[in-house]
Amino acid sequence: MKICCLVKEVPDAAVEKRIDPETKRLDRSGEKNLNPFDTHAIEAAMQVKEGGAPVEEIVAVTMGPDSAVRALHKAVALGADRSVHLTDAALEGSDVAATGYALAKVLEKESPDLVLLGQQSDDGECYTIGAVVADHLKMPSLTQVIKMDAADGKLTCERQAEYGYDTVEVELPAVISVGDAINEPRYPSLKAIMGAKKKPLDSHGAGDVGIEPDRVGQSGSRTAVLELRPPPQKEAGEIIEDEDTNETVEKIVVWLDERKLI
Amino acid sequence: MDFDLTDEQRLLRDTVRDFARKEVAPVAEELDRTKAFPYELVSKMGELGLMGIPFPAEHGGGGADTLSYALAVEELTRIDSSVAITMAAHTSLGTMPIHLWGTDEQKDDWLPQLTSGSRLAAFGLTEPEAGSDAGNTKTIARLEDGEWVINGAKQFITNSGTDISGCVTITAATGDGDGRKEISNLIVPNGTPGYEAGEPYRKMGWNASDTRPLTFTDCRVPESSLLGRRGDGFKQFMQILDGGRIGVAAMGVGLAQGALDEAIAYAKERRAFGQPISKFQAIQAKIADLSAQIEASRLLVYRAAIEKDRGDPFTLTAAQAKLITGRLAVRATEEAVQIHGGYGYIEEYPVCRFYRDAKILTIGEGTDEVQQMVIARQLGC
Ligand SMILES: Cc1cc2nc3c(=O)[nH]c(=O)nc-3n(C[C@H](O)[C@H](O)[C@H](O)COP(=O)(O)OP(=O)(O)OC[C@H]3O[C@@H](n4cnc5c(N)ncnc54)[C@H](O)[C@@H]3O)c2cc1C
Ligand SMILES: Cc1cc2nc3c(=O)[nH]c(=O)nc-3n(C[C@H](O)[C@H](O)[C@H](O)COP(=O)(O)OP(=O)(O)OC[C@H]3O[C@@H](n4cnc5c(N)ncnc54)[C@H](O)[C@@H]3O)c2cc1C
Repeated sequence: MKICCLVKEVPDAAVEKRIDPETKRLDRSGEKNLNPFDTHAIEAAMQVKEGGAPVEEIVAVTMGPDSAVRALHKAVALGADRSVHLTDAALEGSDVAATGYALAKVLEKESPDLVLLGQQSDDGECYTIGAVVADHLKMPSLTQVIKMDAADGKLTCERQAEYGYDTVEVELPAVISVGDAINEPRYPSLKAIMGAKKKPLDSHGAGDVGIEPDRVGQSGSRTAVLELRPPPQKEAGEIIEDEDTNETVEKIVVWLDERKLI
Repeated sequence: MDFDLTDEQRLLRDTVRDFARKEVAPVAEELDRTKAFPYELVSKMGELGLMGIPFPAEHGGGGADTLSYALAVEELTRIDSSVAITMAAHTSLGTMPIHLWGTDEQKDDWLPQLTSGSRLAAFGLTEPEAGSDAGNTKTIARLEDGEWVINGAKQFITNSGTDISGCVTITAATGDGDGRKEISNLIVPNGTPGYEAGEPYRKMGWNASDTRPLTFTDCRVPESSLLGRRGDGFKQFMQILDGGRIGVAAMGVGLAQGALDEAIAYAKERRAFGQPISKFQAIQAKIADLSAQIEASRLLVYRAAIEKDRGDPFTLTAAQAKLITGRLAVRATEEAVQIHGGYGYIEEYPVCRFYRDAKILTIGEGTDEVQQMVIARQLGC
């Protein structure tokens, strides 16, 4: 079995996010890191392998600028056997559909039995790449998976749905996006960190994997960001000091009642 | 000039940062309060390769450079100094002499268990009458029938008396005659008859780290326990202290940064006179000053590490870095307590522990006054 993990380089969680008003894109300067959800995807792949399923290879795949190589280094330090970097100026400004198409072209070439990815990226947060990729690859797809068992060419997955859990069986090959409840990713050991650059890394341009130029990049994207606004400031809450508990309860009930919350 | 870290350095720094936040932070207060040695954390750090960062892979080390080591020490200290000093003393004081001067046999005996963190190493230089004047060693080792017979005492030795302490490298006068001229280093395994680690000190800070007085009473070790050449002891410990200063300086930066992290977070939360205290100019000035000083000191520490990695002389930079970071840590933790007001004086807030942990950084591994001596000497005075 061959597992491909989609991984994305995102601004570090500690960095205050800023939108560039000119380009209407996320300002991606400053510290970057591997998208935290994707570390869960790699850990899930490792656990399939360590759980005894015959996994020949775990391959980390990213699309992104030069700096995205760092995300791949982290991915192989976390256990992937090798990595693939899709990088090309023509891909800049791709929207979700274009990104998913481009990633699918890389995956076609790899022809994995299982594609794992994080359910959401820390920056774009579209939650959709998995679905787009699966559509192009004509593979079944599950989202928000928090438990996964591999046996006999099938996966039994538990999905975190809004009001409970679904247990779903899916035939391989498949595309699975994982939630962060699926596992606790390991820390990369220093040995793995020092060995990361020794693992094979293939770099592809758009043409190398047969990406049609008019389907990617800003011009190949059929969505355009018109306006970006920060979320509205939250109003300061009201603090009710608890001097007399009966009175406090009364006040809270009145407050909730005024807002038709009870 | 290249200010970028390599991919490996960044990845290690981020990993240790993550580890410190997730594994160390939740237990730091309790370890400090109960003065409990962090066995579990040491074992986890060992698994991750953090107990042997700068040693060659063939001896179980990480094969990383001094800067990587400094980054790891910095990130640990940002969360907890006791855990950081346990790792740092083990690495740059305990294991380093064996790595630098050990025979193949000594290295095979010790390095794998030390670099993996399954055993800890200590370095016993300081004595009751030999602190800043570390060459005034009164401990005597006499060669008798193919064995060194050691008599004397050591003071304040980190990592010497834990359940997993493996050995201590001590300086001893090995000269004939009055036995005062010639100093050599000897490896003494824990459990050797005649070698006793006393009760741990009651310290101001670093409560979860292990610091003890040692006594040697007709303690016998084989002649092969000599580390490096007989009579090289003075030169050797000077070299160890030079390198050790980079680690202690990284602790200073890490502790100051940790204090600033806490101060900023608290200042944004705490309200007075109808607004967050972070909006007051007086608080902002403290935060701004500290952040500027921390960044400047950090660069100096990294430079000392890079000089060492390049094989350049680094004695001056390392002493400068140690001098300014120790003072910075003391000031930063004090300001962080100040920004916390009364809560900063209460142990539930990490800055309270940080404040107690800071002071040793102007004392240990060479006091500020000793750093000034080293610096002035380097400048030709
Ligand atoms: C307002 C806004 C501005 C944007 N500006 C930019 C910009 O300037 N530059 C830019 O590059 N993008 C930008 N994007 C991101 C881009 O349009 C999409 O968000 C992106 O193509 C993928 O969507 P996502 O990250 O939201 O994926 P999600 O569907 O949230 O991600 C799910 C998973 O898909 C995988 N994945 C996602 N992207 C990649 C990738 N590139 N390589 C490998 N795996 C991946 C990861 O495993 C991830 O966990 C912007 C998005 C928005 C909303
Ligand atoms: C928690 C802790 C852990 C330690 N761990 C270790 C360890 O693992 N291994 C080890 O060997 N040691 C260790 N030490 C010892 C430490 O390195 C010494 O305490 C330190 O070097 C100072 O020596 P001293 O205490 O004897 O002070 P002294 O040398 O007595 O100094 C007293 C004061 O006099 C000043 N002074 C001394 N000489 C001069 C001079 N010539 N000019 C100007 N001022 C001077 C000093 O700066 C200081 O202010 C540790 C100490 C502590 C507290």
